[in-house]
Amino acid sequence: MKRTTEWIIEKLIFISGIGSIVFVALIFFFLLKEGLSLFASVNVFSFLFGVNWYPISEPPQFGILPLILGSLLVTLGAVVIAVPLGIASALYVAEVAPKWLSEILKSGIELLAAIPSIVLGFIGIATLAPFLKNVFNLPSGLTALAGSIMLAFMAMPTIVSIIEDSINSVPRSYREGSLALGATRWQTIYRVILPAASSGILAAIMLGIGRVIGETMAVLMITGNAAILPTSILQPVRTLTATIAAEMGEAVSGSEHYFALFAIGIVLFVISFIINLVADFFMNRNKKRNKKK
Amino acid sequence: MIDSKLKEKAAFAILLAATIIVIAPVALILAIILINGLPALSFEFLFSIPRDGMRGGGIFPALVGTFYLIVGTALFAIPFGILAAIYLNEYAQRNRLTRAIELAIINLSGVPSIVYGLFGLSLFVEFLGFGASILAGSLTLAIMTLPVIITATREALSAVPRSFREVSFSLGASRWQTVRGVVLPNAIPGILTGTILGLSRAAGETAPILFTVAAFYLPKLPTSVYDQAMALPYHIYVLSTQVPNVSVKVQYGTVLVLVGMIFILNIVASYIRSYFRKKKTW
Repeated sequence: MKRTTEWIIEKLIFISGIGSIVFVALIFFFLLKEGLSLFASVNVFSFLFGVNWYPISEPPQFGILPLILGSLLVTLGAVVIAVPLGIASALYVAEVAPKWLSEILKSGIELLAAIPSIVLGFIGIATLAPFLKNVFNLPSGLTALAGSIMLAFMAMPTIVSIIEDSINSVPRSYREGSLALGATRWQTIYRVILPAASSGILAAIMLGIGRVIGETMAVLMITGNAAILPTSILQPVRTLTATIAAEMGEAVSGSEHYFALFAIGIVLFVISFIINLVADFFMNRNKKRNKKK
Repeated sequence: MIDSKLKEKAAFAILLAATIIVIAPVALILAIILINGLPALSFEFLFSIPRDGMRGGGIFPALVGTFYLIVGTALFAIPFGILAAIYLNEYAQRNRLTRAIELAIINLSGVPSIVYGLFGLSLFVEFLGFGASILAGSLTLAIMTLPVIITATREALSAVPRSFREVSFSLGASRWQTVRGVVLPNAIPGILTGTILGLSRAAGETAPILFTVAAFYLPKLPTSVYDQAMALPYHIYVLSTQVPNVSVKVQYGTVLVLVGMIFILNIVASYIRSYFRKKKTW
C-alpha cells in the first residue's frame, strides 16, 4: 500500500518536473495554431515588412513593420538610458556603498520591482508625460521617449540585481591582488572587476532587453499608440505588445485580425526565446569563468 | 598618485549620482500614491460597488475579483511548482532532460505577459471552452507564476544540507520519505517566501487577464469559477484610460489599494524570511 502511494507521488513529481517543457510547448503550439491561419491569406513577407497596419479597413492591411520599429525604438532608448545607470548603481551598491546603505538601496530596488506595470503606467501619464510635454514643447507628452524612460526604469531591478550578483561572484583574490599592487579601489573596479564580471553584465543587459520588449501595460498607456513608421523619439509610437493588448478586445474570434494578433504573439515569443537563450549562455559563461580560478 | 585619488573621488561621486537617479523616483512615486490615494480610502470605498459610471462609489467587486484570482492562482501554481522543484532538486540527474527543463523554466519566465494572455485566450477560453472566467484567468496567471515558485522552492530545497538527507537515508528511509520528513519541513520558510512573492506579482498583472477574465464593470460579485470578474489592475486601466472624467481621488485610491496589498504581501514574505533565518541553527 505504502509502496503504491509512493509510486504515485513520484510519478506526480516527475510529471510536474517536465511540466515546464510541456507548457512552453503548449504556448508555442497554441500561438502557431491561431497565428499561422493568417498566412493562408497574407504572405509572411508583407506581414513582417508591410508598412501599413490597418487591420479594420477594407481591405485590411496587416504590415507590422511600424510596430516592430516602434518596439525597437522604445527598446533602444530604454537600453541607452538603463545600461549605464544600471551598471553604475550596481557598482555603487556592490563595491562602494557601506553595508547599511547598500541594504537600504537594495530594498529600494526590490520595491521598484514590486510595483505593477499598470501602476507605473498610470503614474507615467500623470507625471512624466506632462513633464516631457513642457520640456520639449510637444502637443502631447505620450511619446516613444516617455516609453523609453519608463521602460528603462522598469528594467532597472533586473539589470541591477544580476550585475550585482556577477560582481559579487568575482573572486576576492582578484581584488586583493589588484589592491596589493597599489591600485586604487576605482582602478580595481574599472580594470579588474568590470572585465571579470563582463559576461554577467551582458546577461543582465539581455534579460533587461527581454523585460523591455515584453512589457505591455505601461507601454500601451504611455507611448501614445500611433501605428505609424516612427521618425523621431519625440513622436507617439505603437509597440508589438501594445497592439495586441489594445486590439484583441475588438477582434472577432476567428477573423483575420484575430489571427494577425496571434501572429504578432509568435514574433514576440520567438524574440523572447532567443533573448533568453543568449542571456543563459552569458550567465553560464560567467559562472564557469569565475569558478575556475 | 594624487591624480588617481582624485579620479576615484570623481568616479564614486558619479556612481552615487546614478544610484540616486535610479532610487529617488521610487520614493517619489510611492509618496505621490500615498498623498493622493489616502484621502480616498474609507470603509465605503473598499466595500461598495462602483457608481456613476465608475466615477464614484467603491471598488469592492474589483477587490473580491483580485482575491479570487490570487486564490485560484495559488491552488494551481503552488502544488505544481513545489512538486516540479522537488523533481529538479531531489530526483533529477544531471542530464539533457534536466537541462531542457531548466531552459524551459528560463523561457517561461521570459515570455511576455501579453503572450500569456493570448495563450490563455486560445487554450482556456476558446479551446477548452471555459469562456472568459475566473478559472481561465487563474490558470493563465498560474502558469505565468510557476517559474517564480519553482526557482524559489528549488533554492530553498538546495539550502538544506546534504548531511540531513544522508542521515535519513542511512536510517533506511526512502527518497520520498526523506523529502517529506526531512527536506521539505526545513525548506518551508524559503518556499513560503518565494510563493508569496510570486502571488503578489500575479495580483498586479493586467495583460494576462485582459482577455481571459477581466470585466469592465460588474454590478454583482462572481458566483462561480465560470464567471467573469473585475480585478484591481484592470480597474486601474479602465479608470485611467477608458472612462473620461474620473476624479483623481478615485484613481489614486484604487492604485493605493493595489500597491498597498502587494506591499503587505511583500512585507509578510520578507518577515518570514528574516524570522526563520534567525531561528535557523544550521
